[in-house]
Amino acid sequence: MKHLRTSPSAFEQRRALLLALAAQFAAPLMAPSAAVAQARPIITRPVPSSGVALPVVGLGSWITFNVGNDRGARDMCAEVMRNFFAAGGRLIDSSPMYGSAQEVIGYGLSKFDKILGQVFAADKVWISSAARGPSQIETSRQHWNVPHFDLLQVHNLLSWQEHLPMLLAMKAARRVRYVGITTSEGRRHREFEQVMASQPLDFVQVTYNIVDREVEQRILPLALDRRIGVLINRPFRQGELIRTLNRHALPGWAAEIDCTNWAQFLLKFIVSHPAVTCAIPATSSVAHVLENMGAAYGRLPDESMRRRMVAYVEKL
Amino acid sequence: MSEWWTYRPSDFLLFSSRTYNRLFELYNADIWPLQIVALVSGVAILALLHGRIAWRGRLITVILVCCWLWVAWAFHWQRYATINWAATYFAAAFAIEAMFLVWVGVVRDSFRVDSIRTTRARWGIAIFCFALLVKPFLGLLLGRSWQGLEFFGVTPDPTAIATLGLLLTSRRKSWLAWPIPVLWCLISATTLGVLLQTG
Repeated sequence: MKHLRTSPSAFEQRRALLLALAAQFAAPLMAPSAAVAQARPIITRPVPSSGVALPVVGLGSWITFNVGNDRGARDMCAEVMRNFFAAGGRLIDSSPMYGSAQEVIGYGLSKFDKILGQVFAADKVWISSAARGPSQIETSRQHWNVPHFDLLQVHNLLSWQEHLPMLLAMKAARRVRYVGITTSEGRRHREFEQVMASQPLDFVQVTYNIVDREVEQRILPLALDRRIGVLINRPFRQGELIRTLNRHALPGWAAEIDCTNWAQFLLKFIVSHPAVTCAIPATSSVAHVLENMGAAYGRLPDESMRRRMVAYVEKL
Repeated sequence: MSEWWTYRPSDFLLFSSRTYNRLFELYNADIWPLQIVALVSGVAILALLHGRIAWRGRLITVILVCCWLWVAWAFHWQRYATINWAATYFAAAFAIEAMFLVWVGVVRDSFRVDSIRTTRARWGIAIFCFALLVKPFLGLLLGRSWQGLEFFGVTPDPTAIATLGLLLTSRRKSWLAWPIPVLWCLISATTLGVLLQTG
């Protein structure tokens, strides 16, 4: 199967223009802390297949954005998105599996339409039936209210043999920019590796955090080797790591990598791996999204610091 | 679903406890004062159980069927499905249970309580009273607000528990109507357990 790469020039010129416009319009919307954060350059990683730079911290929507028709909760999520963008974030990830999360993202994007050009829209196809894949993607796109998705992934490898050719055809027709696959919590890694090795993927999405490091053995090296971007889900183990670590003081040496809280400590560990493109923590709290975005600024740990971080957490 | 043994109940949880509680708060606000009507219906069922009207079994069934259909449509289909795609299946299951109840209670007239003095019937009435009068307020212990409490006839848990109690009072076998309320209680208990665990 031929891997059709998109030309970065046409896309990127338009994207750069949109970003410049978005930054200009979004400036008055920025929270003070986010504005301060933007005084420093945000850490980015290139998408291996195109060279396009992405901030290393994104925004997930699993559980946190599934708030149904609760108007107050939807406004809170929109506020999280506004602060995320104001702090320099771009990638938001969702799935048809996540209940109302896609509609809530669409609500947020519509509410602050001036930042629409800033979003890197990542979604998934999650349905057994190959025939119903395209209509599910179209429904998702309507929920998001975006002209097209930047990234479409096969959720948890569900019917990947049927969905991947369809996604690659969409990419060839320039109806999506990147194609990928996902898994979580270490499931089906053998099959996942086989798909990575045999298919022309732009992205994979896996679980990786300071205690769940299985992907360091094979999947992350394979992603580097195959020039595949990597998104990281469950960076906090659905909040469990934060709840556990909050019982302990942050080590003083965390300041050496510009961490002021455990969320940044955990995220900087993840995004400092050379294969990782972007971590996607989910939250419905403005304070937490600003904490998370703090991990996209300042110094990142080197290899010896990463080992020290692991040893410290394992001792707790 | 491959590697199914690696999945835990928490992997199927799609929403936070805050969102779940808000669902009930908004639902209660939307349907008010239907909770009062449902409560009166529950008390009417208790009165019918103790009465001597010949067609009381059928009347109890009609009230129960209305409750199951209402919960299927207004709660599962209209509200719960906005945060849990599985709720469309729950709505179907609740509608099917309503049909089973029609078969058991109306067609076969199985809701005959010849004596409420048997141990089995007493247990059944105790369970029904628990669902009607105690269960709603257990929500306060789980951190629910008054506005987010669950009431018999309009929300699934008390309706399912009350139905199981009534099935116990029935002197004729009515096994067809048992599986769905029992399954629902298991699903709901698992959901609440995971929500408590994950905060």
